[in-house]
Amino acid sequence: MSEEPKQGGYISQAWLVILLALLYGGALAGVQTTLGPIIEENKKNETYSVIPELIEGAVKENTEEIDVVGENGKRQRVYKALGEDKQLKGWLLAASGQGFADKIDVLVGLNADLSTITGIYVLDQKETPGLGNFIIDPPFRDQFAGKSCLEPVQVVKAGPVDGNQIVALSGATISSESVATIVNKGIANLRGPIDKLAAEGPSEEANTPPEDPAKK
Amino acid sequence: MAEDTKPTADPEPAAEDLSPADGGPTAAERFINGILPENPVYRQLLGMCPVLAVTGGMKSAVTMAAATGFVLICSNVIVSLIRGLLKPHLRILVFTLTIATFVTIADRTLAAFLYQMSKTLGPYVPLIIVNCLIISRCEICASKQSVGVAFFDALGMALGFLLALSSLATVRELLGSGTWFDMTVLPAGWPDWGVMILPPGAFLTLGLLLGLCEWVGQIREARAKRSS
Repeated sequence: MSEEPKQGGYISQAWLVILLALLYGGALAGVQTTLGPIIEENKKNETYSVIPELIEGAVKENTEEIDVVGENGKRQRVYKALGEDKQLKGWLLAASGQGFADKIDVLVGLNADLSTITGIYVLDQKETPGLGNFIIDPPFRDQFAGKSCLEPVQVVKAGPVDGNQIVALSGATISSESVATIVNKGIANLRGPIDKLAAEGPSEEANTPPEDPAKK
Repeated sequence: MAEDTKPTADPEPAAEDLSPADGGPTAAERFINGILPENPVYRQLLGMCPVLAVTGGMKSAVTMAAATGFVLICSNVIVSLIRGLLKPHLRILVFTLTIATFVTIADRTLAAFLYQMSKTLGPYVPLIIVNCLIISRCEICASKQSVGVAFFDALGMALGFLLALSSLATVRELLGSGTWFDMTVLPAGWPDWGVMILPPGAFLTLGLLLGLCEWVGQIREARAKRSS
């Protein structure tokens, strides 16, 4: 359709697209460099703000961040939640995995002796609005509180539940199962290392300065 | 929500300007048209995705309209600036590239400064990229007219979009939660119509408001005919 010679035509045709792509890419890199840290900070603040909700008696100012190596060999940050009197109240760990639509980020609270889930909180999700996104609401989340972390949480389609079972959201079985799987895997991955850490006690704690959030 | 842009086969070069002197609309006409006579939602039925999805409350509706307005104005201005360089068959690509860039900027900015709102809006902010309103303005106005006209065109359309989103959100939030901008408006005895906040409420409200607009338009038309 074009009368121009094809040879050498690509650059003359597409130079504007290439130039714009480079310019826009640079601009976006600039935006990400400027805003990225603020967004990370927002996420961290949200994590801290739910610590008292997930772990009874914990004070967010007294929370310590500790990096542990999970069973999968990757370093991961866990939060050691201390109460007003600096007594260990519980542990908070972050876990994420594939949901129905996109990645789901979950925070899981465990009690001090790592035997029971004290609560979960969904930090980030893009599940179907009106169905799967109900995983962020208390009626679903609260089911996890009090479940044992020694065995995996199971999902059933309808109640009544016994033992370590929770009821799936109706119309969102996959989202519900995803959350349960993420929680189970997260606990399986980090429970052992945290237990070891807790057993080693103060020596490990001394190695980890509490004011160390900037380092990754 | 599909991008119903015309096939790129039309031979008209994008660089051909449509200046007011040649009979094209002036900046003022473009601006006024965007608000009511060619309202993007009530007249052109464009951008239905955010219209239905985020109008459960005024706050999210206004944030969405602001983000869309930002993207619309920026991309219209940029496209108008480079309109002389556009190759007709590559123009849609350039429009999309420009729009996607500004949407990403808007999305990151919301996540940095309005974190909770950005979580509430969720995927609908990135979805501004496929809002036909923006690409249609690039195609209809910005790629053919001067920067000034393109700017006022975008501003008018953005205000029209804000008007449409907030009218829907006002009805839905008032009836659904008895509030407006999260402030209690209706008396405590109001039984919240939960359905209004859910997706069916969006369809019902949009349908009724569209009908209302059409009805008012017909009455005015009839009156104009009678008086002439």
